[in-house]
Parts: sequence; C-alpha cells; structure tokens
Amino acid sequence: MLDELTEKFERFVRNLKGQGKLSEANVRDTVREVRRILLEADVSLPAAKSFIDAVTTKALGQQVLTSITPGQQMVKVIYDELAQFLGGASEPVRFGKSPSPILLVGLNGVGKTTTTAKLALYLRKKGRKPLMAAGDVRRPAAAEQLEILGKQLGIPVVRGESSPIKIFEKGYEFARREGLDCILVDTAGRQHIDDELMQELSELQAFVKPPETLLVVDGMTGQDAVKSAQAFSARLEITGLILTKLDGDARGGAALSVRYITGKPIKFIGVGEKTADLEAFHPDRLAGRILGMGDIVGLVEKAQSVVDAEAAEKAAKKLLKREFTLEDFKEQIIQLKKMGPLDSLLAMIPGMKGAMKGIKIDEREMKVVVAIIDSMTPQERRSPRIIDGSRRKRIARGSGTSVQQINRLLNQFEQMQKMMKRFGKRGAPPLGLPRMPF
Amino acid sequence: MILFERFKAGLARTREATLDKLRNLLGLSRWDAAEYEQLEEILISADIGYDTTQQLLKTLMETAGANEIGANLSPGERLRLELNRLLDGDGASPHRFSAAPWVILLVGVNGSGKTTTVGKLAYYFFQQGKRSAVAAADTFRAAAIEQLEVWAGRGRARVIRQAQGADPAAVVFDAYNSVKARGEDVLIVDTAGRLQAKQNLMEELAKIRRVLNRLDASAPHEALLVLDATTGQNGLSQAAGFLRSASITGLIVTKLDGTARGGIVVPIRRQLELPIAFIGLGEAVDDLQPFDAKVYVDALLAI
Ligand SMILES: Nc1nc2c(ncn2[C@@H]2O[C@H](COP(=O)(O)OP(=O)(O)OP(=O)(O)O)[C@@H](O)[C@H]2O)c(=O)[nH]1
Ligand SMILES: Nc1nc2c(ncn2[C@@H]2O[C@H](COP(=O)(O)OP(=O)(O)O)[C@@H](O)[C@H]2O)c(=O)[nH]1
Ligand SMILES: [Mg+2]
Ligand SMILES: [Mg+2]
Repeated sequence: MLDELTEKFERFVRNLKGQGKLSEANVRDTVREVRRILLEADVSLPAAKSFIDAVTTKALGQQVLTSITPGQQMVKVIYDELAQFLGGASEPVRFGKSPSPILLVGLNGVGKTTTTAKLALYLRKKGRKPLMAAGDVRRPAAAEQLEILGKQLGIPVVRGESSPIKIFEKGYEFARREGLDCILVDTAGRQHIDDELMQELSELQAFVKPPETLLVVDGMTGQDAVKSAQAFSARLEITGLILTKLDGDARGGAALSVRYITGKPIKFIGVGEKTADLEAFHPDRLAGRILGMGDIVGLVEKAQSVVDAEAAEKAAKKLLKREFTLEDFKEQIIQLKKMGPLDSLLAMIPGMKGAMKGIKIDEREMKVVVAIIDSMTPQERRSPRIIDGSRRKRIARGSGTSVQQINRLLNQFEQMQKMMKRFGKRGAPPLGLPRMPF
Repeated sequence: MILFERFKAGLARTREATLDKLRNLLGLSRWDAAEYEQLEEILISADIGYDTTQQLLKTLMETAGANEIGANLSPGERLRLELNRLLDGDGASPHRFSAAPWVILLVGVNGSGKTTTVGKLAYYFFQQGKRSAVAAADTFRAAAIEQLEVWAGRGRARVIRQAQGADPAAVVFDAYNSVKARGEDVLIVDTAGRLQAKQNLMEELAKIRRVLNRLDASAPHEALLVLDATTGQNGLSQAAGFLRSASITGLIVTKLDGTARGGIVVPIRRQLELPIAFIGLGEAVDDLQPFDAKVYVDALLAI
C-alpha cells in the first residue's frame, strides 16, 4: 500500500515537473491530488479541508525557486505545512506539585493500559519515580494487566478499589508515603457518546486535577477521529496526545485530525507491544508517512541549503545550450558530494527510486572523475574534442588512471551532453543537475 | 428491530444538523453537482474510502440518466440499493455445526475486540442451545487469559488454557482434543492481537491453522477477522493481510455503538469479497447481532 502510494505521488510530481511557475491552475491541481492522498491516509475531511486551504494560500504566495522544479517546490510547501500542522518538536510531559498525576484516557482498545506502562518506564528512565494506578474498574482483568506490566518493570501499581477516584486517593497516599513523584492513572476505555461514562471521567479529572491529561488515539483510526477527539476535549481538559500502533503499515492520518480538533501537542507515539516501544514524536517523519512518500523534501531542503541556486541554474542553462564543459561537470560533482552519499540522495528524488534500481553509484569513481578533470588543461576542459591520443596518455599519467578510464569519461560526457539537449526541450532537469553518467 | 433502535439511539446523540442535511439529501428527487459533492463527503466521512466513493458516485451518475431498473427511483434510493447490493449476503457459514466440534478462529489487530467477541459469540450460541468451549490462544498479552476467563463465564463457555507464554498452537491442539472428547458443539479460539504487517506474528496464525487442519481437515470452519469500526483505510490492508495468512472467511465489525460508521467494510467487500458475519454493539455479553445488510446500510448513511 505504501509503495503504491509513493509511486502515485511520484507520478503526480513527475507530471508537474517542467512547469515554469506555481500558477493558480497547477496549485489547484496539486491540492486536489493532495486531498486525495490525505483522505486515503485517513485524515478527516474537516482537517484535510483546513490544511488544503493553508497550503493553497502558502503556495500561491511562493517565489519560484530556480534550483528546483515547481513540482518539487509544491511538495516542499505541502510537507512543511503538514509538519507544522502536526506541531513543533516533541514536547515534554507536564508536572505539577509532587506526586504529580498524569491521566490517560481514550476509546476502547486504543492502548491506554499498555501506554501507561510504557510512559511510566520512559519517565523512570528520565529519573522520575512513577506509580501506576489501575483506574479501569470495568474491563475484565484490566487491573491484572497493569499489575503484570508493573511487576515486569518493577514499578508499583495500586488497584482494587471500587472507583477510579478511590484508587487515585489510595495511590496519592501511597506515593506520598513512598516518596514517588508521579502517578500515572489508567482509565477504562469508553465511547465518547456514552454520557454516563464521560461524566465519570470529567468527575475524575475534576478530583485529580492533573497537569497532564493525555488522549490516547489508535493510529489506525479513520474519519471518526475528529468526532471522538472533539467529544473528549469538550468534556475534559486534554493537554496532549499519544498515537499508538504505528508499528504497522497505517499511514496515521488521524494524527492530523486530532491535532486539528484539539490543537494539543502529540507527545509520543507507540511503536510496538513491548513496554519499551514508546518514542518521542517527530512531526516531520509523520508528515512523510502521511503523504506516503520517501524523503523528497529532505532532498529539496538539502539542495536549497547546499547548492547555490544561481550557479546551478547557470550550469543548467549552459548545459542546455551545449556549452557545458568538463569544468562545469566537475563543479556539479563537487556540489553533489557536499549533499551527501549519492545513492541515498538520488533515491530521494521522486521517480528516481525506480529508475535507480540496480544502478550502483560508486563514490570512488566520482573521485576518479574529479582527478581526471583536474589533470586537464583549461583548454581541454572547455573543448574536450581536442583531447587526442597523446593528451589522453598525459592526463592518465597525471591523474593516476588509465587511458581506458579517460576514454570512458569522455564518452559518457558526450552522451550526457546529448541527453541534456533532449531534456532541454522538455524543461529543466531535476535540481538543474544532470544525471551522472556513472 | 432492536439493532436499528440501538443505532438510532446512538445517532440521536450525534449532531442533529448533519443528520438533517443528510435526510434532506436522500429525500431529494434529483441531484445536481452540489448534491453529489455532498454525498461524496458523507461517504468519505463513513470511511468508505476515496476510491470506492468515486466508484459509487460514478455508478450513481451513470444510472441517473439511464433508462433501466431503478431509473424511476430517487438518487437516495438508488444509493441504498447499490450499497445493499455491495454488502449483501451475511457471513455466517450455511453449514454451521455440520462438524463437531465446529471450530471458529478469531483474529485481528491489537485491541479490536477479539476477546470480548469470544464471550459474546459463546453466549449467542448458548442461547441457541449449543455448548461452547474457548481456547486461550492469546498467551502473549498481560492478563489476556484472565480477561478471557471472565468473558467465557459470561458466555457460559469452558476455558482451555495453559500458562502465559505457552505456544498458542499447542493450546489449540489440546483444546480441540479436549472439546472432541467432551462432545461440546463449538470451539472458539481467542488469539493475540497482531498487526498484519508483522510477518513472524502472522506466521503464528498459519501454524494454528495447520494444527487444526491436521485434527480435522475442514477446521477451522470459520476464521473471522474482528475489525474495529473506527478503523480507517488500514482496514483494507488488515483484511488482505489476514486473508493471506489466516484465510479468513468473514468479518465481525465491533464498536458500532460509537459514532464510527464502519464504512471500510464496503471496499473490503468489494475488493476481497469478504462477508460480514456479526456486528458488535457494546460491552455487554448480548451486544452482538448477526449482520443484516439493510440495517447496516441505513446505519452507514445514518438514516
Ligand atoms: N464499545 C465497545 N467496546 C468494545 C466492543 N468490543 C470490544 N470492546 C472493548 O474494546 C477493548 C478491547 O477489547 P478486547 O476484547 O480486549 O480486544 P482484543 O482484540 O482481544 O484485544 P487484544 O487481545 O489486546 O489485542 C475493551 O475495552 C473492550 O471492552 C464493542 O463492540 N463496543
Ligand atoms: N502493535 C501495537 N500494539 C499496541 C500498541 N499499544 C498497545 N497495543 C496493544 O493494543 C491492545 C489494546 O491495548 P490496551 O493497552 O489493553 O488498550 P486499552 O483497552 O486502551 O487499555 C493490546 O493488545 C496491546 O498490546 C502499539 O503501539 N503497537
Ligand atoms: Mg486498558
Ligand atoms: Mg484479547
């Protein structure tokens, strides 16, 4: 599914490639495709709508960059906006006066109990002294479940009272006596339209007064995420979100929905059934996952920060006019090298992943090419045609290579020039950089 | 119709405004672009998915002009007809209880409602005068066995268990032999939740199937995927994954007592042809109903 979507996205970016500007028409086309991608990733309709409005406004105001194609630029706008929508960097858990309570709430089966234990373990690693309170008195064996997890971790658990409030009171006493500094309260799963149970929860919160109440959301949730999150935050003061079950192939679009509705930070994600499987939240990673793409944006960003856009454009223009020299070629290679390992870089370009399959890029060979070009005279670099047999021998000696290697480079260079000429008719090559001939 | 009432009660609590809009839409005798757009939103909000929604819209628009059966119906009626056609046929095996014991395997992702449904199913069969036993093949999750014991009690079923951490296939093997020896009618197997993307865990299900298969070549007689109604598009991947590894024969959709519509079953039915056997409507032991397409469609469209 993920691969299929990545491909779809790549195809759509390819279609946009080579268009001169971010015009209203191509922004509109793009957002329609983005809407579809978001909906397929389970972003709820209202969240998708509001996101798309934001993207459209942003994109239309964009200055067109010379170093990347409009398609890539659009992708970057979308990705940046999505990461921003999903929130800033991972926020810490909030604490009040010790022992500080943390309430975990959510629908049935989303992962509250497991997450209670995961979070307790996480906090202990941070130097806290947690206590867990088995506040689910409804589900069969819910307290046993938490108790077993507590035993595994060596974290104390209080249980056994008839109501969550009583269990919390017991926990509070226990924590004070034992010098524990936080109490994680597990609660029973419920449906947000169950008035009675929602009332119970809001009474619990009023009693406990926790500085942190975390809404646990199943990462596989669909469109209903907005409704339940809305209901929970209408009845309770939610301070943060935890998204679970992201260790599978779910795209996790519900994250956008719950963020949109609650405006609260996503603090952690659950990535497995074991108690260690809790991670701090990274909005950029989740944005890529929701869009179902490789790290296209990473590429665009790298390209923007490293490659001097104007220089790249000049080179591209020369190339298209067949003025591209071996000197320019060398410059491009050096810039490419600054951007990091070549294979991974090319794999980031939409459409490239497929094209690059099986092609191995040898970084050593790149060095050889630079050495060869360095051994040429400026004249030879400008007009490689004058490089005859004896010049080839001299260059080979100077660069510590063989005449065959020189031949191969010159051949490839010529082929690349031809290819670029063809490319020129259809628009700028990706990033203004030629596809390397090795 | 109890089920219908339940749905209605649940829905009464959701926002009235959207419902009015919907009733309005479905009652119109003619739809224009704006109405189709509205319908698109309704279908997508029900988790039917983008592609299936487009497909449905296309079908509706095509038949709208055509001079065929249904052409004299309102668009809303045609929509219900089409959804009915897509979901029709309940997933209960017509041969249920033709083998003894009749073996039902419940599988699904974490937290979808398997254990609860084991209890509800046992109770459902108990009411039909059948004796059930349940195999505690979730030996992984903390207190899963204790939870199952409570549910089996509610469903009047006997539990066959081993220690936490035991091989689930071995539990199933013992359970089958014990049930066979005692002559109980049904064996329901509770399994640990697992995400379909996890190959090694899916292999465990294949092993359970192989063990049952050796005991009775036709077992398990039903393998049902327990699917949470709040699940979005991942539900399709779940159905495909469990079909591949556990050869599921149908679905049980749980948690329909919330506001989620469970529309993901439409693409599942359309693409994988998996029928729905039961639906879960709450946390009580009798909150299980055999599937009925017409009722489901009405609930899907929140009528
Ligand atoms: N509201 C509602 N809750 C349900 C329904 N079915 C199950 N649940 C609840 O959902 C939660 C998870 O149910 P379980 O039966 O433990 O699910 P499971 O699939 O066995 O979970 P794991 O074994 O942990 O993967 C529990 O809180 C159940 O009470 C239903 O139809 N409606
Ligand atoms: N794969 C996976 N399973 C999880 C994760 N978090 C919780 N679970 C499982 O989801 C199921 C329901 O979790 P539980 O903590 O009992 O949910 P609760 O009903 O909300 O308390 C259990 O099977 C857990 O093992 C997660 O991040 N990944
Ligand atoms: Mg729990
Ligand atoms: Mg279970």
